Amino acid sequence: MEHPPIFGLMAEFGSPEEVVQAAQRTCEQGYTRTDAYSPFPVEGLYEALGARKSRLPLLVLCGGIVGGLSGFFMQYYAAVFGYPLNIGGRPLNSWPAFIPITFELTILVAGLSAVVGMLFRNGLPRPYHPVFNVPGFERATTDGFFLCIEATDPMFDQQKTAAFLRGLHAKNVSVVDH
Amino acid sequence: MPATSDNSAAQSEVLNRLGMSQPLIRPGEDYQSISEQISNNVLDHKTPKGLLFGLFLTFSLVMLLFAAIGYLFMKGIGIWGVKIPIGWGFAIVNFVWWIGIGHAGTLISAILLLLHQHWRNSINRFAEAMTLFAVACAGLFPLLHLGRPWVFYWILPLPETMGLWPQWRSPLVWDVFAVSTYFTISLVFWFVGLIPDLATMRDRATKKWVQVIYGILAMGWRGSARHWHRYQTAYLLLAGLATPLVISVHSVVSFDFAVGIVPGWHSTIFPPYFVAGAIYSGFAMVLTLVIPTRKFYHLESFITERHLDNMARVMLATGLIVAYGYMMETFFAWYGQNKFDHFMMLNRMFGPYTEAYWMLILCNIAIPQALWIKRIRQNPVTLFIISIIINVGMWLERYVIVVTSLHRDFLSSSWGMYYPTFWDIATFAGTIGLFLMLMFMFIRVMPMISMFELKELLPWSPRVQAVRARRKER
Repeated sequence: MEHPPIFGLMAEFGSPEEVVQAAQRTCEQGYTRTDAYSPFPVEGLYEALGARKSRLPLLVLCGGIVGGLSGFFMQYYAAVFGYPLNIGGRPLNSWPAFIPITFELTILVAGLSAVVGMLFRNGLPRPYHPVFNVPGFERATTDGFFLCIEATDPMFDQQKTAAFLRGLHAKNVSVVDH
Repeated sequence: MPATSDNSAAQSEVLNRLGMSQPLIRPGEDYQSISEQISNNVLDHKTPKGLLFGLFLTFSLVMLLFAAIGYLFMKGIGIWGVKIPIGWGFAIVNFVWWIGIGHAGTLISAILLLLHQHWRNSINRFAEAMTLFAVACAGLFPLLHLGRPWVFYWILPLPETMGLWPQWRSPLVWDVFAVSTYFTISLVFWFVGLIPDLATMRDRATKKWVQVIYGILAMGWRGSARHWHRYQTAYLLLAGLATPLVISVHSVVSFDFAVGIVPGWHSTIFPPYFVAGAIYSGFAMVLTLVIPTRKFYHLESFITERHLDNMARVMLATGLIVAYGYMMETFFAWYGQNKFDHFMMLNRMFGPYTEAYWMLILCNIAIPQALWIKRIRQNPVTLFIISIIINVGMWLERYVIVVTSLHRDFLSSSWGMYYPTFWDIATFAGTIGLFLMLMFMFIRVMPMISMFELKELLPWSPRVQAVRARRKER
C-alpha cells in the first residue's frame, strides 16, 4: 500500500467538552481512523470516537485461570510425585494447604497480564510517533486537548478535512508530518 | 482569579457552616498550575537543603545497616538476641511491622479507588511509593533471619539436583509467595499509575538528558483516548486484583503465627485483626510522612485538611477493630478454659513484659481516641504526634505477640527472657534509614502527587460534572 505523504491533521481544542463534541461530529461525519489526545482520561471521549470496548478483561481472566491452575498443579505435582512425604498417613494431595499459593499465583499472573496486555495492545513502548511532530503537542500532557484525523482514513482529503476541523471551532489545525 | 490563603480559609469556613464538605483541591488551581507545582518540585528546584540533610542522615543509617548485615554474614544470627525459647525476636517483629505499613498504600490506591473515594487521588502516589519501600525493608528480615541467607532460593520451587521441593503446607512458604506477589503487583500498579505523569515530566523538562530519562520511562505515552481507555480498564482490574491480595497478604503473615500451636498465636481472630492492624499502622505512617512533606513543599492546595481528616477517620475505625481484636484475644483466653492460654494472657498482662503490654494499649487504643475530636483530626501537629504514637504502638503490638508468647511456653524449665542486642537495634534503625532515604529520593525525582488524577478532580472537569449531574437527578 502506498504510504500517504503526511500522517494526518491535528486540531487543538480548549477544553475537554469541546474535544468530546468535536470527536462526536467527526464520528458522525464517517471518519474512522481518528484519535484524540488529552492529559487525563476524558469521560465520553473514547465512546465519541466510535471505538469498540476493550477486550482486556478477557485476557486478564485467562491470565488468572492459567496462574491459578499452574499454581495448584505445581504444588500437586511436587507434593504427590516430586517429593512425597508420608506424615502419619495423611493424604499427599492436601489441597486446602495449597490454596494460599494458588490464590497468590492467580493474582500475580492476572495482574501481570493486565499490565503487559495494556502496554502491548497500546503499542507501547514506542520510541517515535508522528504526533509528537505537531508544534505545541507537549501540551497534551498538561492542558491541551487534541483531535487527529489520520491520512489513512478512506474519507481523508487534506483540504476538505482541514476545513471540516476548522468548522469544529478548533483553536488551530496543523499538519502532522511523518 | 488568584486565591489567597485568607480567601480559601473563608470559603472553607462557609462550607463548614453549610454542612458541606471542603473541596478536594483548593480554589484557584487549574490544569496548568497542577502540572507546574508538582513537576517543578522535581524539575526546577535545586535540591533543597533540608532534603540533602535528610539524605545525609538516612544514608548514614543505611551504612549502619550494611555494617550490621555484613557482620551478620560473618558471624551468623548469634549476634542477635534471638535464642531458644525466643527464636523469632526483632527480625520477625520488624518484618510484620514493615509489611503492615505497606498495606495502607494498596488500600489507598486500590480499595479507595473501587469505592470512588476521590480524595485518594492526592495521596495515592505517595502511599504506593511508601508501600514499595516498606515491603522492601520487610523482605530483608526473613532473608537475614534464615541464618544462611545465601541459600534463600531453596524456598523457591526451583528444580535442582537434590530433587527437593518447598514444603507447601508451611505458612512460611506461603509467605514467600504472598510477599513477593505483593511486591510485584504493588510495583507494577505504581509504575502504571506513573506512566502518564512521566510523560508530563518528559514534556515539561527543559534539559535534554532529563527529557531522555523521563522519555524512556514514559515509553512513548501520548495521551491517546484509545490508550486511556485500555489504561483505565487495566488500572481498574489491577485495583480489583490488589484488593483481595492486600487482605490475603497480611492474613498469610498472621498464619505464620496462627497455624502454630503456641498459646498466644494459635487464634482464629488473627487474620482479620492483623489486616486491620496493618491498615491502621499504614495510615499512621502515611500521615507521618505526608504532614511534613505537605508543609515543606507547600502542597496544602492538594492535600487539604479534608484529606488529613479522612485519613484520621480511617485510623480511628481500624484502631477500633484492633481494640476489638485485643479484647477478643483476652476473651478467648478466659472463655476457652485452656490453662496455657489463660496463663499466657495473664503473663502477657502482668508478667515480665507488663510495661510493653500496657504501653501498647496506651499507644494503640487509649491515645488515638482523641481522634474523635474534629479539631485534633484537622490539626497537622496533633495528628502528626498521634500518628507517631500509633507507629510505636503497632511495633509494640508485634513485639508483645512475638516475645511474650514465646518466652514462657508449656514447660517452665524452658522459660527465658529476650534481650535485643546492639545489632538488633542497628538493623532496625538501618531499615528505617533505608526506608526514609528511598522516600527522600522518590520525592526528588518523581512527581509525588498524581497529576492526571488530580486534574480529573477539578470542579469543571467532565468527571466532576457527571457526578454532579447524577446527584441532581436524584
